[in-house]
Amino acid sequence: MASDKKFEPTNPTVKWVEDRLPIFGLLYSSLGAGYNAPRNLNYWWNFGVLAGFMLVVQIVTGIVLVMHYVPDVNLAFDSVQHIRRDVNYGWLLQAVHANGASMFFIVVYIHILRGFYFGSYKAPREILWFLGIIIYLLMMATGFMGYVLPWGQMSFWGAKVITNLFGAFDFIPFIGDGIVEWLWGGFAVGQPTLNRFFSLHYLLPFVLVGVVILHIWALHIPGSTNPLGIDANGPYDKIPFHPYYTAKDAFGLGVFIIFFAAFVFYIPDFLGHPDNYIKANPLVTPEHIVPEWYYLPFYAILRAIPDKLLGVVAMFSSILILFAMPWLDGSRVRSMRFRPLSKFFFWLFVVNGIFLGYLGQRSPDDVLALGVTALVYAQFATTFYFAYFLVIMPLVSRMETTKPVPTSIAAAVLEANKKG
Amino acid sequence: MTMMRNIKIKGLLAAILGMTAITSGANGATAEGVLHPERNEYTTTGIFGKWDIPSLQRGLQVYVEVCSACHSLDLVAFRTLEDLGYNEDEIKAIAVEYEYNDALDDDGEPMFRPGIPADYFPAPFANEKAARAANGGALPPDFSTLVKAREHLSFLPWNSVYGEDYVVALMTGYHDEAPEGVEMTPGLYYNDYFAGNQIAMAPPLFDDMVEYADGTPATIHQMAYDVANFMAWASDPTMQERKEMGLNVMLFMIVFVILLYFTNKRVWKKVKKGDDIDPSKL
Repeated sequence: MASDKKFEPTNPTVKWVEDRLPIFGLLYSSLGAGYNAPRNLNYWWNFGVLAGFMLVVQIVTGIVLVMHYVPDVNLAFDSVQHIRRDVNYGWLLQAVHANGASMFFIVVYIHILRGFYFGSYKAPREILWFLGIIIYLLMMATGFMGYVLPWGQMSFWGAKVITNLFGAFDFIPFIGDGIVEWLWGGFAVGQPTLNRFFSLHYLLPFVLVGVVILHIWALHIPGSTNPLGIDANGPYDKIPFHPYYTAKDAFGLGVFIIFFAAFVFYIPDFLGHPDNYIKANPLVTPEHIVPEWYYLPFYAILRAIPDKLLGVVAMFSSILILFAMPWLDGSRVRSMRFRPLSKFFFWLFVVNGIFLGYLGQRSPDDVLALGVTALVYAQFATTFYFAYFLVIMPLVSRMETTKPVPTSIAAAVLEANKKG
Repeated sequence: MTMMRNIKIKGLLAAILGMTAITSGANGATAEGVLHPERNEYTTTGIFGKWDIPSLQRGLQVYVEVCSACHSLDLVAFRTLEDLGYNEDEIKAIAVEYEYNDALDDDGEPMFRPGIPADYFPAPFANEKAARAANGGALPPDFSTLVKAREHLSFLPWNSVYGEDYVVALMTGYHDEAPEGVEMTPGLYYNDYFAGNQIAMAPPLFDDMVEYADGTPATIHQMAYDVANFMAWASDPTMQERKEMGLNVMLFMIVFVILLYFTNKRVWKKVKKGDDIDPSKL
């Protein structure tokens, strides 16, 4: 069934172009019938395509929004309102872009956890995994700067809090002292800050596109993993990407668009913060300053540690630690389907992550269940977060008894079919 | 296999529910004495939400005759009053009531001119300082996005605060005297719904303060409800257009997704069960 077919155009014009610039062949062998993927991919494998879709949506809506947005501290807030009120379908573009950021993070979080569960970070896909982490970091930076642009209260104070974190590095000789002022372009968050955030918010998505291309390139060297986690080598293990996965992804994309549209059309402000409907005012501090929901777990980790520098280091480490995963996990089996203990801890990790997100939006002094403060819960949850990577993963992956793994994907398909 | 998966999903759900139960109990720990606004009924709620035109018109009247003495509405132009059911002539008549001094006469001297539909509601005070000076140091907030700025949505619907409800509650939540044991700052008024319970705005509405053109009795609650509707429109004027388009998008996408589902099923028919696999070659 599977063969890495070469692109052979019959149309003379296409052939003429192809002989000079093999661009059709490139598309054919990366997203068309020329690319073969394991035949047993489930719907968790949709989310990479969905993330790519969201990147395109954000870039297209963003480019049009920029045609109407004004990066000026006195006009930015009103220009966003102008887009929502006066620009033709501006309300739609703005709602798609603002909610699109959240959707992008939702699909990327699922995509990353898919990688966790099915061992997509393990050899030979380490560089593919690294590129994914870089994409995620770029997304965080882009999302943060984008949230500042409407220049509402939460934009302004969020920018102030996050940039102030870099003040933790003031012990570094020469650059340490002025690092925050350097980021701001002045002695406070102001016009220069808004201008540079706007510039970078426009630039980084295109850097993202570049890294995404590398990510797909690196994917196509070993090919996709699959739910069984075994290599797809046999004659019947793979099927062409088109039409099988184009059809499956189209269905998944349709379902996702319905989910997305429900937010855009019915609850466009659910994922935002009401204070961002108030113009930025440097003299009035909001009662609680919270970042966007997708940063909340890391915000909780930051605040769990009473020391500023250690808190910042912990927050950055909580993401950078992903780079070490290929070596922290020593199991020879990729998929957690055959690693019951790992699977148990994986789900515990997911629940812990959601809990950290919850804690991130509470004030640390809030007294929660059992009379324990949010701060103490966050310290426990942070400890578990790091223990998962540094203790549980290295030990469990090396010591646990795994279940028997099928000999080939095709054999597993036949086996499942026999059982009905 | 399916059973295993069931247990896993149920376990995860139970964990999340358990956590919500633990944590939602703590949500009542908001500032003492501040009540949660009651939920009112509006024609704007739900996926078929539409503007309540008579209420919006009454709300405009309340804004113009009462609120606009202190509160600006900077981002709303007269031309957009079309949404409230007014025609061009009616809008011109509303706009012409206001005066602007941004024009120049033939000698280049500033000149007063009457408002036109393209103008925005003029602010009652020249600047923030003037506004504060006239209001005992407090700044009456602009109405353009206020309902959205007071809307706190939660995963648990009963924890959500809707902006319109907050406005109605605030207007009707005044007490003549503060409850016993509450020390009032001079010049502030006790209100059940304002953060901290002490608000600088004197009770702004009294029964029969306005005479509604449509004859509706102008009770405090009625006026509060109407102006809340008006402010909700000012904050989110494209709500109805948005929900109408949303319905079309949803209907189209649901049909389209059903077609995609069967397309996918058909494409996969042969390979799904491995009918193409030759067991002898494995």
